[in-house]
Amino acid sequence: MWISENDWQTIALTLKLASVVTVILLLVGTPVAWWLAKTRSRFRVIVSVVVALPLVLPPTVLGFYLLIAMGPHGFLGAFTQFMGLGYWAFTFQGLVFASVLYSLPFVVQPIQNAIEAVGERPVEVAKTLGASSMDAFFTVVLPLAKPGFITAAILGFAHTVGEFGVILMIGGNIPEETRVVSVQIYEHVESLDYSNAHALSAVMLGFSFIVLLLLYSLKPKYRVSAFYGSGR
Amino acid sequence: MPHSQQIKAVFSLRYLQNQQPSFSLDVDLNLPAKGVTAIFGPSGSGKTTLLRCMAGLQKSHTGCFCVCGETWQGAGSFVPVHKRPQGFVFQEASLFDHLSVSGNLNYAQKRAANGQISQNAVLQAQSFDYDRVLDLLGIEHLLPKFPAQLSGGEKQRVAIARALLRRPKILFMDEPLAALDYKRKQEILPYLEALTETLSIPIIYVSHAIEEVARLADYLVVMEAGKVLTQGSLQSVLSRVDLPIHLDNDLGAVFEARVIERDDAWHLMRVSFEGGSLWLRDTRHPLNHKFRVRVLAKDVSLATHRQDSSILNHLKASVVSIVEDHDPAMALVSLSIGETALIARLTKRSVAYLKLTPGQSVWAQIKSVAILP
Repeated sequence: MWISENDWQTIALTLKLASVVTVILLLVGTPVAWWLAKTRSRFRVIVSVVVALPLVLPPTVLGFYLLIAMGPHGFLGAFTQFMGLGYWAFTFQGLVFASVLYSLPFVVQPIQNAIEAVGERPVEVAKTLGASSMDAFFTVVLPLAKPGFITAAILGFAHTVGEFGVILMIGGNIPEETRVVSVQIYEHVESLDYSNAHALSAVMLGFSFIVLLLLYSLKPKYRVSAFYGSGR
Repeated sequence: MPHSQQIKAVFSLRYLQNQQPSFSLDVDLNLPAKGVTAIFGPSGSGKTTLLRCMAGLQKSHTGCFCVCGETWQGAGSFVPVHKRPQGFVFQEASLFDHLSVSGNLNYAQKRAANGQISQNAVLQAQSFDYDRVLDLLGIEHLLPKFPAQLSGGEKQRVAIARALLRRPKILFMDEPLAALDYKRKQEILPYLEALTETLSIPIIYVSHAIEEVARLADYLVVMEAGKVLTQGSLQSVLSRVDLPIHLDNDLGAVFEARVIERDDAWHLMRVSFEGGSLWLRDTRHPLNHKFRVRVLAKDVSLATHRQDSSILNHLKASVVSIVEDHDPAMALVSLSIGETALIARLTKRSVAYLKLTPGQSVWAQIKSVAILP
């Protein structure tokens, strides 16, 4: 079993996509999780539902809507065109955008649970000791909720690597642009190239095993909250 | 009192539950800006809410809070919590688990300048010197440890030290001993006493334990259902027989006493107070040492003539007033011995049998006296 030059490219592209998406997810997911953990707004439920939608929606549905939205007649397409970024369908940027939406619940939920577990008290203590809200977040909430953030990053990364349906819908199968490992395996099987499919599948299996191993060796309290919905 | 020597606290707050008011707080207090003010009351009386309002942790609809001439909350103004030079000690020691003891202390030390007005800062810095605070609370040996390795009492001492390193102008303590068992309480009380004697800043101390209050407080605010029932100096409030809250067996007068004589043969010492003296078991306090003593109302019995008995202390007293206890069998008799007030809790039958009336002279037999060191 060996991995072809071509397959290495898809692995590299997959890792690049997952890394970019994870960074964006942590930046976008943290404020959303913070808001969900702290707010008493009646929109809380609606926002929770919207964030959780990708969990139940078939990836093809999400991909379909995004494809339409990113096209010349869609609002996202109009926006990216207006910003001088061109159309995002069948591009790497498009994949990143779709993946962020698709993996959002896997990042928001563990962070939200961790922030809720930290509670109000440490923030109050920090304030009485002279820390502003921002200061308290970075010096108290973030370190105390660290396992939640690690869980979120691992889940977000792993989930993006494992994506297939959304990518196929909006990215198609363009080498070095949108052809990721999961799509490549599909491609190999379609062309009856089972040995290459075997090699790549084995890589994915090993990767998934290691990710779960990492996740399960975290503190039990945070492991439980890593799985969506079991937190509360 | 000039304003600079007063703490002004006016708060009004309502909680709604299903559109119905479930709790309201209405207070208008002028408190002394020195010594320990205890806010005492049963749980649910709003004492913690009042403390949180003062510290700005809880926003009230209308409120005003001034400390020593600085306004922290007024009409249309609200100084954010982190800009108020205040210390707050929570009921459970809320140390940051991810930081060591020294990390916790440095957290406060680093931010101590936030909200300080410069001219006072130097003076404040001296009285809250790092080594001095460590020494005061006896926590130097704990510095490298993490909160998880500390006992409840140790955690609370570190939390108090951390609050002091903020260089506060006022220290709030929300039942700092309530989460500790008896032994830990006894271990931490001497540190609190040392603190209250050493610090020049006012301390607002919330508690539902009258023993703690009797030991530590100088001024007492009694609360119930979000309102102030009574307030005044500790001595004057605790010697009232018409206290609106029922302390039952914990009711008792507190006053200052001084060691004046020693009887080595019988291992006794005599302490004097304004109006008389008492023989107590010798606690080896030096002559002229001052402490507080507490005489529980249940430990005082009355006689119309001096009687021989095993009781050591017979004091000539005069009856000031007699009121009914909430227990139908009992009455509370307010007594004065010179300048000092005492209370006796007797059965109504005894009051009738002795034909006690205000102004009458009686012998107070004191069965036991607690020294609050």
